[in-house]
Amino acid sequence: MKEITASMAGTVLNIFAKEGDQINLGQEVLMLESMKMEIPIESGIEGVVKEVKVNIGDFVNEGDVLMVLG
Amino acid sequence: MGYERGNLVQKILIANRGEIALRIIRTCREMGIETIAVYSEADKDMPYVKEATKAVCIGEPPVNKSYLQAEKILAIAKSEKVDAIHPGYGFLSENAAFARQTKNEGILFIGPDPNTIELMGDKIASRQTMEKAGVPVVPGSSSGIRTVEEALNLAEKIGYPVMLKASGGGGGIGMIRCENEQALVKSFESTKSRAKAYFGSDEVFIEKYIADARHIEVQIFGDSYGNIVHLFERDCSIQRRHQKVIEESPSPFLSASVREKMYNTAIKAAKAVNYSNAGTIEFIVDEDENFYFLEMNTRLQVEHPVTEMVTGLDLVKWQILVARGESLPLLQDEIQSTGHSIEFRLYAEDSVRFLPSPGKITTLNWNQFDGVRIDSGYEEGGTVTPFYDPMIAKCIFYGSTRKDAIRSAEMFFKNIQIEGIKTNAPLFSTILENEDFRNGIYTTNFLTKQLVK
Repeated sequence: MKEITASMAGTVLNIFAKEGDQINLGQEVLMLESMKMEIPIESGIEGVVKEVKVNIGDFVNEGDVLMVLG
Repeated sequence: MGYERGNLVQKILIANRGEIALRIIRTCREMGIETIAVYSEADKDMPYVKEATKAVCIGEPPVNKSYLQAEKILAIAKSEKVDAIHPGYGFLSENAAFARQTKNEGILFIGPDPNTIELMGDKIASRQTMEKAGVPVVPGSSSGIRTVEEALNLAEKIGYPVMLKASGGGGGIGMIRCENEQALVKSFESTKSRAKAYFGSDEVFIEKYIADARHIEVQIFGDSYGNIVHLFERDCSIQRRHQKVIEESPSPFLSASVREKMYNTAIKAAKAVNYSNAGTIEFIVDEDENFYFLEMNTRLQVEHPVTEMVTGLDLVKWQILVARGESLPLLQDEIQSTGHSIEFRLYAEDSVRFLPSPGKITTLNWNQFDGVRIDSGYEEGGTVTPFYDPMIAKCIFYGSTRKDAIRSAEMFFKNIQIEGIKTNAPLFSTILENEDFRNGIYTTNFLTKQLVK
C-alpha cells in the first residue's frame, strides 16, 4: 500500500485531491497549518487516490497517514 | 499630571500565552497587581503558568478550543473577580465582540473602545475612515470587491502588480501579490475562500503593490480625555511571508522631515477615531519616502520592546493606567527617543526554508550580557508544540548608536546555544553580516532578494 503521510504535526487546512484522482510525483495534495504557517504536503509517490484519511479541521501528528494511493 | 478618579485595578486576567503573558505579569507585579493566567493543556508547563498568581486551564490545545474560547475566558474572569482583562496580541486582542462582552460584564478591557476595534478590523472601512480624515492610503478599492470582473477592472485602472487582500485580514495572512490578469483570476476564488475560512468573511479588496517598499509604523497612545501622543516609529521592513522578523527604532531610512510628517499623520489618524490606549499606525513607504496608511493595530504590538528601549517607558503600565481612567503620564514634549534599539524574533523554524520546527528545547543558553533584553516564552526543557505561533523569544538590543546595537546582536547570536529544535538564529548572523543591512538599506524584499544573491 502506498501512503502519503504528514511531514509535521498540524491542522488540515485544505485538501486538494479526492478519491479517484490521479496523483503525480510532487503534486500538492493537502495543506496543513502548523504554528500559524501553511505547510503544503506534496506527494512523494504516484497513483490514484483510494482513500482520503482526514477531514478539513482534523489535527494530525507527524507520520499520520493522510491519503492512501492505489 | 494628577491622578484622575478612576477604577481600581487589583487583579488582571491575561487572555494570552507565552512571552507576552510573562511580559504582562512582570509589569503587574511591579504595580502590585495580581494576575490570572489561562492555559491550554499543551501549555501547562509553560513558565507564564507558573509565574502568574493563579492559573486556570481552559481546554484542549487547538486555539479554537482554548485561547479563542471567549465565553470560557469571561466565565473565569467573573469567577475570579478580576478587575480587567489584558488580551495581549493575537487571539482575542482585536475581537470587538469579546471587548464588548468584557465591558458589559463590568470588567475593564485593556485596549481601545470596542467600536474602534471593529472599525479598524475592517480593512476597507478603516481605509475609508483614514481617507476621509486626510490620511494618505494606498491607491485601490474604496469598497469590497465581489466578482472577479470587478477586480480585473480595478486592477487595470491602478496598474499591476496589485495586492489582493482579505478585508478581515491582518498580520500578513490572507494577502497575495498578483503580477497580472492571469494571476489575479487564479488567486481570486482561493483568496476569497481562505478569507472566509480564516476571518469569517469572504470580502476582499485590491491595493496597488508598492515595489521596494518599507514597512514603518508609528506607536501612538491615547487616553479617555482626548490626549494622543506618538512614541516614534519602528521600521519593520525585514519580513518573511509578510510577517515581521526584525524591527528597529529609529528607522535607518527616513529623513528627519518625513519622520516628523509621519508622526503628525499618525496622530491625525488616531484622532480621527478618538483612539484610547496603545495603538499602532502601519505605513508603507516607497523609495521616494511617500508613505501610505496600511492598517491600524488596536493592541499592544509584538515589537513594543523596541519602543520601550528608546523611550525608557513601560507600555504595559501605560495601558493599565489609561484603562483604569487615568490620563497619559507624559505629554508629547516630555517623551524622548534616545539611542537605537533592534529586536529579532527568534522562531522555532528552519532558517533556510522557514518551515516550523516544533519539539523539545533540550538546551537553552542565552549567554546574556548587558544591553540585551530577552522576552522569552520558554525555558530549557520546555516543549514548542505545533499549535501556536513559532516565536519562542524576542531578543532586543540597545546601543547609543545603531552600530552599537548591531555589534551587541552579533556577539549575542554568535554565543547563543539552543538545541533540540531548529531556530532562525543562523539567519540572524547572516543578516547581521550583510553590507546592506549594516548600512540600513533594506526593503520588505530583503530576505527574498537582497540576502539571497
